[in-house]
Amino acid sequence: MKNNIYLPFKSKIIDIIPQTDIDFTFRMEFKGDVKPGQFFEVSIPKYGEAPISVSEIGEDYVDLTIRRVGKVTDIIHTFSQGQHLFLRGPYGNGFDINIYKNKEIIIAAGGTGLAPVKGVIDYFIKNLEEVKKFTLICGFKSPKDILFKEEVEKWNKYIDVMLTVDESDEEYNGRKGLITEHIKDISIKNLDETNVIVVGPPIMMEFTTKEFIKRGINEENIWVSHERKMCCGVGKCGHCKINDVYICLDGPVFNYSKAKALVD
Amino acid sequence: MGYSMVLDQFNNILESLKEDYKIFAPKVFKDKGTYSDTDMIRYGEISSVKEIEFDQKSYYSAKELILPITQTLFYFTEDNVIEPKVDNEKGIIIFLRSCDINAIERLDEIYLRNGQEDPYYKKLREKVKLVLIECKNSFENCFCVSMGSNKTEDYSLFIRKKDNDILVDLKDDEFLRYFETYDKSEVLPNFIESNEIKVNIPANLGIDAFSYDLWEDYSSRCISCGRCSTVCGTCSCFTMQDIFYSDNLSTGERRRVWASCQIDGYTTMAGGHEYRKDKGERMRFKTMHKIYDFNKRFGYQMCVGCGRCDDACPEYISFSHCINKLDKLVKEVK
Repeated sequence: MKNNIYLPFKSKIIDIIPQTDIDFTFRMEFKGDVKPGQFFEVSIPKYGEAPISVSEIGEDYVDLTIRRVGKVTDIIHTFSQGQHLFLRGPYGNGFDINIYKNKEIIIAAGGTGLAPVKGVIDYFIKNLEEVKKFTLICGFKSPKDILFKEEVEKWNKYIDVMLTVDESDEEYNGRKGLITEHIKDISIKNLDETNVIVVGPPIMMEFTTKEFIKRGINEENIWVSHERKMCCGVGKCGHCKINDVYICLDGPVFNYSKAKALVD
Repeated sequence: MGYSMVLDQFNNILESLKEDYKIFAPKVFKDKGTYSDTDMIRYGEISSVKEIEFDQKSYYSAKELILPITQTLFYFTEDNVIEPKVDNEKGIIIFLRSCDINAIERLDEIYLRNGQEDPYYKKLREKVKLVLIECKNSFENCFCVSMGSNKTEDYSLFIRKKDNDILVDLKDDEFLRYFETYDKSEVLPNFIESNEIKVNIPANLGIDAFSYDLWEDYSSRCISCGRCSTVCGTCSCFTMQDIFYSDNLSTGERRRVWASCQIDGYTTMAGGHEYRKDKGERMRFKTMHKIYDFNKRFGYQMCVGCGRCDDACPEYISFSHCINKLDKLVKEVK
């Protein structure tokens, strides 16, 4: 069948980069246009498919950071370098980098929410002159859950990075508490032109967004990325639908002024 | 173009059509009903006009003929995925009512126009010719007039059975050769102009309606059986499923199977988080989809008012009552 939207293609695992005990980045062979925030349907025959966001975009590869949380992701984690996974995609709208150019940008990421926005961070780290000010605030459950540890340290040399953990033992000297508690500490030069991206678990996104609105950020300048069971990824199966919106087609990235009307 | 003929002559035409088409119509399956000694009316292959059930509403819609309950998307071996062969030989003729033709239009919207085309649906859909049959009277629970789906122009053939005669309105020239030797006679379909049940789609419906108490009424009544979606001609959701063969663990297939927003697990994500756990929330989601969201996105209402969801619900939940209750509430609030 020509242009069969359901037919996956084979992609070689070029590298596997451990992040935490349960999160691994799979570097997959891929050539083609991909935007940060887009996702692939990753599948293993006999086990099924799972939508996974792109965490890094290379010339001939994409990184998929996968947490071991279910049937498909459990089996993916038994795969090793040189083996193949099946992919479909990329799907979804992704982040439009141009929106954030020449403005102040704040990214607030909770847990694995850092993966879909990492492409945006990577872009502006490489093109620092294209952004007026860049702040990353990211929160994890505990120090051992921190994703992209080395990268975060590297980014800290170029942009403002605030890393916080919900809980930790006494030895941990970094920032503690939920992301929402630290939003007041972010320095913002020009409220009107600041764009904010919020990605993470639903409850984190809800309260983090509220905090930014409290600080005076315009709703139109806030962007969120939704996560749903995107079973087909192509607007047919209905699983990811909220109101009249199909997350897989119209999202997962939404402007908050639209996203706030999406009620599950 | 209209024709008239006697039953046997029409049967001869069906006989000729069978060489190029598989012919489906609502038919009675004796003693196959839900309860003891009851019949089931559903779609099945027919050879003669006598097999067509003209006088009763079919329990299921015709959607299973173009959107199979289970459909293999591809087979996999260790390293490869292989698409299934599609039977390209014969076309498909379906005898169905106006609301059901309108329901197929809704399926087309999702499968052919919402994003990229679905190749499996398209392959079957392109083979389908629709034959309109009339409703002499409105059936129990029908509210097609309120939904504007009591009428349709979208048919290849219309047939009316009148005693021992068959009257035909032909719109599709592909069928001309089967009919041109018969007597010409003008006939046009009669459409239902009024149903016993009337539904008022609330005007100015918005997201405020999401917070109404009304939905909670369904939290304890609904049992998440999903029958309402199964019988609905417009419900189009599916879930993907991988199966493997027990005698060869290296091979298997990926299928899609019908799914419903009313049943448990529909929104469950990896890790166990589930949106719309509560059955009332699911009823709200379905209702708003059928009479608000779909319209907002595509410009016409999804529900066609066939009333099959009301016919099928074991808890006597009425969708038409729900819409009217919602309308009343919206008016009270405004």
